[in-house]
Amino acid sequence: MSDHEYVPSSKFGKWFNDRLPLLTLASHLTDYPTPKNLNYWWTFGGILTFCLITQIVTGLTLAMHYIAHADMAFESVEHIMRDVNYGWLIRYIHANGASMFFLAVYIHIFRSLFYGSYKSPREIIWIIGIIIYLLMMAAAFMGYVLPWGQMSFWGATVITNLFSAIPLVGEGIVTWLWGGYSVDNPTLTRFFTLHYLIPFLILGLVVLHIWALHVPGNNNPIGIDIKKPSKDTVPFHPYIVIKDGFALLMFMIVFAFFVFYSPNILGHADNYIEANPMVTPAHIVPEWYLLPFYAILRSVPDKLLGVVAMLSAILILAALPWLDTSKIRSAVFRPLYKQFYWILVADVLILGYMGAMPAEGLYLLIARVATAYYFLHFLVILPVLGFKEKTIPVPLSITEPILGGSPNLAMAKKKESLDK
Amino acid sequence: MSQGKEEKGTRRDFLYVATATAGALTVGGAVWPLVNQMNPSADVKALASIEVDVAGVEPGSQLTVKWLGKPVFIRRRTQDEISEAKSVKMEDLKHPERDEDRAKDPQWLVMLGVCTHLGCVPLNDKGDYDGWFCPCHGSHYDTSGRIRKGPAPLNMEVPKYEFVNANTIKIG
Repeated sequence: MSDHEYVPSSKFGKWFNDRLPLLTLASHLTDYPTPKNLNYWWTFGGILTFCLITQIVTGLTLAMHYIAHADMAFESVEHIMRDVNYGWLIRYIHANGASMFFLAVYIHIFRSLFYGSYKSPREIIWIIGIIIYLLMMAAAFMGYVLPWGQMSFWGATVITNLFSAIPLVGEGIVTWLWGGYSVDNPTLTRFFTLHYLIPFLILGLVVLHIWALHVPGNNNPIGIDIKKPSKDTVPFHPYIVIKDGFALLMFMIVFAFFVFYSPNILGHADNYIEANPMVTPAHIVPEWYLLPFYAILRSVPDKLLGVVAMLSAILILAALPWLDTSKIRSAVFRPLYKQFYWILVADVLILGYMGAMPAEGLYLLIARVATAYYFLHFLVILPVLGFKEKTIPVPLSITEPILGGSPNLAMAKKKESLDK
Repeated sequence: MSQGKEEKGTRRDFLYVATATAGALTVGGAVWPLVNQMNPSADVKALASIEVDVAGVEPGSQLTVKWLGKPVFIRRRTQDEISEAKSVKMEDLKHPERDEDRAKDPQWLVMLGVCTHLGCVPLNDKGDYDGWFCPCHGSHYDTSGRIRKGPAPLNMEVPKYEFVNANTIKIG
């Protein structure tokens, strides 16, 4: 929280604020001191908030027309597309909005990886973020099932069957998830319920995510602790509001391109065929944002171990603040980590590509190597790098390299101890 | 109760434990219906058996019927398929089962057309073992529906079934 106590100027404002300090909160949010060197990679938090609100608003309006029943779901979606006023627009925004949401979240996550934003004292922000990411995947998966096309049905079958890999209780869990002996109407109705619920859980977690962020304040591109407020900071409003707003505008151009010019390019044509429990489509692929994990699942020849590897690939991220042993946050001052970072980015992209290809021959071999490297990065390279790497000296403050001023005494001491 | 401790403290401890236990049991009892409602309902369970007329099925062809929401393959095997299935050595199998135990009448193979990996429907007359091939993650099954290659851990499941008469199979 900011240092000064806010006092509303109007009499009514004061009366209200004494009873519910909403104005104090608003004042905190506008004055919130932000590092002045934040670059555009820091605008994705705002973009993600926009994505969440967009999904909730379009989702609510779609739910007014959608019918969650195995016999009617597919038709009701076509009804939305053809008959409902602007139904096509709302549905295309919602469907492409999911992809845009993941695009933004991946940039947000990889920004954090590059600048070490997950490190002390921001571990809780990071872990809440990972939980949000998991919930996003659950919401996206269940949402994809709702149109009840072939990909919906078989995607649901394959993903729910992952639980059958659990020894002893696996089959029981799958039957419980389905509410029957296969994916059917009971599965559809409960998925609709959960798909409706999860965004609000995410909204609650976003509040916690931002709350936890406002305790230590933003990390920044040079990854040092800064004094707040100081020459190193600017107030959130208007500086960051305008910058975030501009970035959001740019993002919306990309968003609109997909919605208006290629609304189906990220989807799969087979999902315009109504679900048929008797025939599996020849080539099942999940949505693009799940492909790297799908590649990991398929690269392990054993069913249980494949599922374990896939889940570990996600959950390992939660342990990242402790796996990365380096005290220096930003990759700017870590010449070796910077290289390994880009190798990891390439590795994840390769995994994504392999996830879309058939699991055989050379594709499978590459996927296996990439899977092994993914775990190697987090379990071996990061812990060792913290001890071996010779880092570049970190500036004392954001302004110091330019003006030589405003050193933070605490940081100066820390730097001395690091130099030893 | 023991002399070493203060009597007041142990009584309070007892109350804490008793209250927590009663609370946990109550919450558990209240949560169970909310969890169990997701299991198959009575009407879903009631659809447990069907009868299928197999008179028109020629050797070398397959009938696929829906049972409990899943496909059931009813294949009338050719002599070649039967001898191929019987000639396989047990040590070559990931999930060793004799063909005799899977097909009571060797001519008829009845099994769930569900891949034991992640539940896709395998394609017939495909794969390296002349049986079935699952397009999702590449599992190969032989002419007895046994897993031979790929990620699936088990053979395709043979449901409970019986011949009601020469042309009718009752599944379930």
